[in-house]
Amino acid sequence: MKTLPKERRYETLSYLPPLTDQQISRQIEYMLEQGYIPGVEFEKDPTPELHHWTLWKLPLFNCRSAQEVLAEVRECRSEYSDSYIRVVGFDNIKQCQTVSFIVYKPGGSRY
Amino acid sequence: MAKTKSSAGFNAGVQDYRLTYYTPDYTPKDTDLLACFRMTPQPGVPAEEAAAAVAAESSTGTWTTVWTDNLTDLDRYKGRCYDVEPVPGEDNQYFCFIAYPLDLFEEGSVTNVLTSLVGNVFGFKALRALRLEDIRFPVALIKTFPGPPHGITVERDKLNKYGRPLLGCTIKPKLGLSAKNYGRAVYECLRGGLDFTKDDENINSQPFMRWRDRFLFVQEAIEKAQAETNEIKGHYLNVTAGTCEQMMERAAFAKEIGTPIVMHDFLTGGFTANTTLSNYCRANGLLLHIHRAMHAVIDRQRNHGIHFRVLAKCLRLSGGDHLHSGTVVGKLEGERGITMGFVDLMREDYVEEDRSRGIFFTQDYASMGGTMPVASGGIHVWHMPALVEIFGDDSCLQFGGGTLGHPWGNAPGATANRVALEACVQARNEGRSLAREGNDVLREACRWSPELAAACELWKEIKFEFEAMDTL
Repeated sequence: MKTLPKERRYETLSYLPPLTDQQISRQIEYMLEQGYIPGVEFEKDPTPELHHWTLWKLPLFNCRSAQEVLAEVRECRSEYSDSYIRVVGFDNIKQCQTVSFIVYKPGGSRY
Repeated sequence: MAKTKSSAGFNAGVQDYRLTYYTPDYTPKDTDLLACFRMTPQPGVPAEEAAAAVAAESSTGTWTTVWTDNLTDLDRYKGRCYDVEPVPGEDNQYFCFIAYPLDLFEEGSVTNVLTSLVGNVFGFKALRALRLEDIRFPVALIKTFPGPPHGITVERDKLNKYGRPLLGCTIKPKLGLSAKNYGRAVYECLRGGLDFTKDDENINSQPFMRWRDRFLFVQEAIEKAQAETNEIKGHYLNVTAGTCEQMMERAAFAKEIGTPIVMHDFLTGGFTANTTLSNYCRANGLLLHIHRAMHAVIDRQRNHGIHFRVLAKCLRLSGGDHLHSGTVVGKLEGERGITMGFVDLMREDYVEEDRSRGIFFTQDYASMGGTMPVASGGIHVWHMPALVEIFGDDSCLQFGGGTLGHPWGNAPGATANRVALEACVQARNEGRSLAREGNDVLREACRWSPELAAACELWKEIKFEFEAMDTL
């Protein structure tokens, strides 16, 4: 029997081990297949009720490959290495956000 | 079409409903409310006559002619049976289709619609049994209902949770915990990774735990879990009460302490109370979870009562952000195609007629918000791949025993479910088939999640296999 350690989480997919670049790109490919518009956002010290993280550039309208999104994540990470970064997705037909998952955590916690 | 108003004086007596209310040539209007009944006439009663009687008794008809009929225009107000078809494979059962003029119904009142459609007619002697299978609400009427307080999209934005089903759990034992012990059970579940916990429907305000004490301890649990996990948490605080005044007092207190979601039992509480509560929730930013105690009394018999798809549609109009829908795979009843038919009626904006899924009419909700289906009852981690596959992202999966029954307690139990859920979502998005590879996906995750491994070890042998009764 084990006591569950206390740990901060960052919503969808944050209970999995940190995603590799290959795993991240497969999630982005799924998003593109659904017709969603990918984007990247970052925040230094996010709280649970903070709905708006800062947008990295603009959403990638006309994005064709996961590599384009990953390149933006890498650039964001090198510029804001002390911030959390997540990939988001927008559905312009349903007019809402549909995707959000964490891709980078500063300091490298267990997850 | 025959005119029904007599111009040659008043003829007293018992009327043949068929002459007035059976109109097979009638083409329903876009503004008509349409209903499909499954009808079993008494032996010897012709189907058209029984169907006309259903149309009459659920609209303008009275058993005998009255002189005041002549002061109105029956053709403008009467329900019309426009089609009767035998039910395939059944002896002496018929689907009868009835069109009701829009003016028969008060705007924004589910109570009024049901009082007409499922009122006295269900006790009518010429029928052995009667079941309301489906209703098509015309857009003109739909637009008089505000619908769910928030709807699925706004709920997700408020909760900051995207791209996966939500995860919940009903706190057990369902009766007899003190408020503080109850709060602890809530905290442990939420800190382990659930989004929501839930009051059991039986929990209102009993001597062992009064509602105000429960609300305060639970809110403390929510805030602590939220601060520690950095994710938004909630608990469906049941505000169902013996009077509307008490219900509203509890809802107002829930709002005052800043809790995100409350709960109501819409059938035992009633549609009028539900709509009032829903309006309050919309005006005050509370999400509204709806339980469905008593539904099986109404919807379980195939030949009599009201199908759940009608109750679900009515609830969406009356207002609710969540509604229990059955699990397809758990301990409670529900055939997959039929269940997913009414799940679509809860959450989609436009649903096409599809008899194979029990949908008799195309329904346009005209941009009304959606109600999230809640799958709850007798499910555990091994059901996760099937649940994600069947229900998709816009659903709330609730593991009661499947969380609290974990050998290490609530928090590890919650983590096991959350890990299983995320592993399934990840695998689905990577293009793997959860139907074929679901168990492999869970086994792979067991290698790095000891909490999931313990859950998979405990529950692998448990199986629920009931033959579903709900087929067309």
